[in-house]
Amino acid sequence: MNVFNDHKKLYPIAGLLFLTLTFFTAILPALQNQKNNAPLPGTKALSGDAMQGKLIYIAEGCVGCHSQQVRNIEMDKVFGSRPGIASDYAHITRTSFWQNTATLMGTERTGPDLTDVGNRQGGKEWNLIHLFNPRAVVAQSIMPSYQWLFYIKEKTDSNDVIVNVPAKFMQGQSGKVVAKKEALQLLAYIQSLKQSPLPGDIKPMEFLYKKEVASKEKAGSGSTSADGKALYTANCQSCHQENGEGLKGAFPPLKGSAVVNGDNLNLYVDIIMNGYDARAEFGVMSAVGTNMHFNEEQVAALINYERSTWGNSAKKVTTEEIKKIMDFVKLSALNN
Amino acid sequence: MKSKIKKHITLGLPLLFPQILQAQSVSAAIITSVNIVLLSVILITIGIVYLYFRMRRQISLNEKWKTINPINRFKVYTRELNSKQIDQFLKLKEESCCGMCTGKGNCSKKPAVLMLLLFLLSLNGFSQGVKEAGQSLIHQPGILITIVLMILPVLAGVIFAIIKTTRAVGSIHKQNKLKEAVQFAEHLKAIDDHELEAMLSKRKIALDYGLVNNELAGTEPAEDPKGIIRNAALKHDVHFTAPKKKASERPALDADITKLILWYLGCATFWLALGTAIGEYLGIKFVSPDADHISWLSFGRLRPVHTNIVFWGWASLGMIGLGYYVVPTVSNTKIYSIRWGWIALLLTNLMVICGTICLMAGINNGGGEFREYVWPVMALFAVALILTLANFFLTVAKRTTKEIYISNWYIISALIFTIIVALTAYLPFWQNGIGETIVQGYFMHSGVGMWFTLYTLGLLYYFIPQQINKPIYAYSLGILAFWTQIIFYTVIGTHHFVFSAIPWWLQTVAIVGSVGMIIPVVAATINFTMTFKGQWNKVANSYTLPFFLVAVIYYFIVSMQGTAEAFKFTNLLWHFTDFTVGHAHLGFYGIISFAIWGGIYAIVPRLTHKEAPQHMVGAHFWFAFIGLLFYAIPLSIGGTLRGLMWMEGKPFIDSVVMMFDYWLWRAIGGSLMFISHLIFAYNFYKMTKKQEADIDIKEEAFKQLEKGIVVQPELALEFKKI
Repeated sequence: MNVFNDHKKLYPIAGLLFLTLTFFTAILPALQNQKNNAPLPGTKALSGDAMQGKLIYIAEGCVGCHSQQVRNIEMDKVFGSRPGIASDYAHITRTSFWQNTATLMGTERTGPDLTDVGNRQGGKEWNLIHLFNPRAVVAQSIMPSYQWLFYIKEKTDSNDVIVNVPAKFMQGQSGKVVAKKEALQLLAYIQSLKQSPLPGDIKPMEFLYKKEVASKEKAGSGSTSADGKALYTANCQSCHQENGEGLKGAFPPLKGSAVVNGDNLNLYVDIIMNGYDARAEFGVMSAVGTNMHFNEEQVAALINYERSTWGNSAKKVTTEEIKKIMDFVKLSALNN
Repeated sequence: MKSKIKKHITLGLPLLFPQILQAQSVSAAIITSVNIVLLSVILITIGIVYLYFRMRRQISLNEKWKTINPINRFKVYTRELNSKQIDQFLKLKEESCCGMCTGKGNCSKKPAVLMLLLFLLSLNGFSQGVKEAGQSLIHQPGILITIVLMILPVLAGVIFAIIKTTRAVGSIHKQNKLKEAVQFAEHLKAIDDHELEAMLSKRKIALDYGLVNNELAGTEPAEDPKGIIRNAALKHDVHFTAPKKKASERPALDADITKLILWYLGCATFWLALGTAIGEYLGIKFVSPDADHISWLSFGRLRPVHTNIVFWGWASLGMIGLGYYVVPTVSNTKIYSIRWGWIALLLTNLMVICGTICLMAGINNGGGEFREYVWPVMALFAVALILTLANFFLTVAKRTTKEIYISNWYIISALIFTIIVALTAYLPFWQNGIGETIVQGYFMHSGVGMWFTLYTLGLLYYFIPQQINKPIYAYSLGILAFWTQIIFYTVIGTHHFVFSAIPWWLQTVAIVGSVGMIIPVVAATINFTMTFKGQWNKVANSYTLPFFLVAVIYYFIVSMQGTAEAFKFTNLLWHFTDFTVGHAHLGFYGIISFAIWGGIYAIVPRLTHKEAPQHMVGAHFWFAFIGLLFYAIPLSIGGTLRGLMWMEGKPFIDSVVMMFDYWLWRAIGGSLMFISHLIFAYNFYKMTKKQEADIDIKEEAFKQLEKGIVVQPELALEFKKI
């Protein structure tokens, strides 16, 4: 046991062992990975504004609560259409001489994952209000407010991007909320967060740990109303609000809406699946249904929920009806 | 499986967290009330069975009592008389003329009647209970509530019956005994037996024999010619808390190293108070997100400020400060260079100040956890570490002991490894793409395991044997733990990114390595607990050992928890939730902070000859300990529930709403922890403050004599009078 009593042997041996392990479990895999992974062909480089926005995202420490990785397990499916792969991050290089590479994969989800948020929730109006005060659109949110990315102006120019913040969240200040350059850059970055498609013939990895038990239970219960409510909460509520009344000047109400209660099912399904931008007084709606891969059952449940809540009482639809319309709507979307 | 786990949690929790019922389905509530009904019926049944057997026993006892001839019992009584009673008996016989008055007790039949009535009543209640329990199959909340309401008075009736019966039975018994006592008195009076009297007189002498207490000691007065008894309390005051052993006197260290150590520990204390004040504010922000709208104080910027201050400012400075005591002491030599120590202290403080300002201003490294300081800031720490390493290594090199004590393997290796970790993670010319994340896993885990854990283990290997005053249990276990810790801990970083885009083989190695961690953890835990073995009474008498004991217990628990968390299923459940936040705090606080506190309370009184008020040390300990539990348990429960909600595909915002109560509890626990740090800071102040050092009259008197100051004549006169 001489080695334990000789500082000239003990410490170099321990150090060398650690260095060797470090080399094989950290340095070598990291270098190999850098070498062997290329960005996907569909990956777009960040625009100037989006790059600036990413720097703001880094500076504000958003990664502390929002991850950017879709794991290959079923529960992460809500955050992206396929599991993330090393190539998704291959285009990200060192931020600057002073700052390290920021893959921003994160280790905590106090808030939702943002890998694909550009597809899921890229609306300009919603995001700007949300940044000014998240609780203006999502009452239960605990995200910080980023008011320093906005001005409050009495007089606005034609160039100003005005944000329609409800009076309740103005904290007694008068004037209009105008987005600063930084807010728009951050918005550009959020909108740029989209999963790139895999090239042609490559199939994405499978999601593991499928929820077989849960889907059986649902099928057994026979009712789709609970399902519809959950779908609404997860996908629609942040804009149209829990009470279905929307947000004045930003998102239209569904309560008493002509589309929801009317007979034009084609239009209704089309809006859910492919989004909507026909009314100037409201924000643009993204293709929520397509992005979230809604099937006809889910769309039917959602429509039935919206048609039977907040005092709405329109005729219920069946899954078969919706399936026909969806096939048609998909075609028309492709043609467009 | 998922729903099963959930059911268990739901059933178990309402006791602690009533709010949980809100978040869960109504069906769980129904199951719980069915349980209450069943429980009541069981209680009633038990009550009735108890009553039945109590009656049976009393009746059979009475029967038995009647069959035995009382004269036999009286003989037994007479033989068992004690000294005083014999005395009285003999006196009575001498006088032999005194009469005795008797009073007859009435044995009322009333209690028995009452008992029977109650018994019947409760039988009635029993039949009702059974009938209703049958109906409880109908799972309707209204019916269940009604049944519970009806069972409550029946239950109360049974309890009342039990109390009444017990009393009645007791009074019958009492009456019987009283009667017998009277008979016995008559019997004693009637005895006329001189032999018996002589026997009893002898017996009395035998009973009265006692030792005089100096059989072994002799009559010589006690002396302590070798001065073995020291520090003995001659006066015992009334105390409200258990008195603890005072710090033992040690030869004083040189003033310059004392000053250096105290400055290290003082800075650490300051950063602890500041860092956790920030942590406290962050905890509040979870329940009150609109507390402020200032960019420099926003959650995203302050979170790393908190973690980095407690990492580098508090724990690192605290550990290095204690190292400046431990490393030279176990080498039996002096520290190589005091100057390098000061430079390293300055650099580390500078690093924390610069890093904090940078983070609050929005300048960070790009998002890796614990790697938020940019490299120029971290470079200050790297220099400080290299200086410290050189200093400690050269101290060990000039040691006067043959062996290198185990503490010094751990402490110096920790320094070597941390320098390697920091360089690997921070050298600014590599890590693109996913390479950054691979290094991140390695960095954040080795940062914890190779710096904080390894170094702290080194400290524990010194302080625990030293405070117990007994050598460490096994050197060989220490060797095993040391090498396996290096091998397994280094390879498990990737378990923070299970199911991610990192190569699967690396994830597998990490999971396997996490299981391998069982070896060093169990080895070290056995080593420490076996050192404690047979010395547990010292824990109760010491105010430092409880801190070390907590550190050892948490080392075991948290490391094993870490192994469990690395598995694939637990990654589904717990990854990304607050469970990991709870785990991190259990580890960093429970192991590292408690060990540092124990170390500070152990050595600072030796350096300054001043102790902290013992009840304040106790307050610090309990606030920290209970606060940590209040912090970590709600987060673990909430994190688990949140993971389950995600796995079931519930809307994300619902999981945020569900967490609110748990975040509130976390803020409460955090407040307790923060209060404990203020108490600790006060204690540290009491141990180190310079002014009004208590004057040791004896010491002072001799100083005066040495100075040659002549005693003032009038004072001397007064002494003579006394």
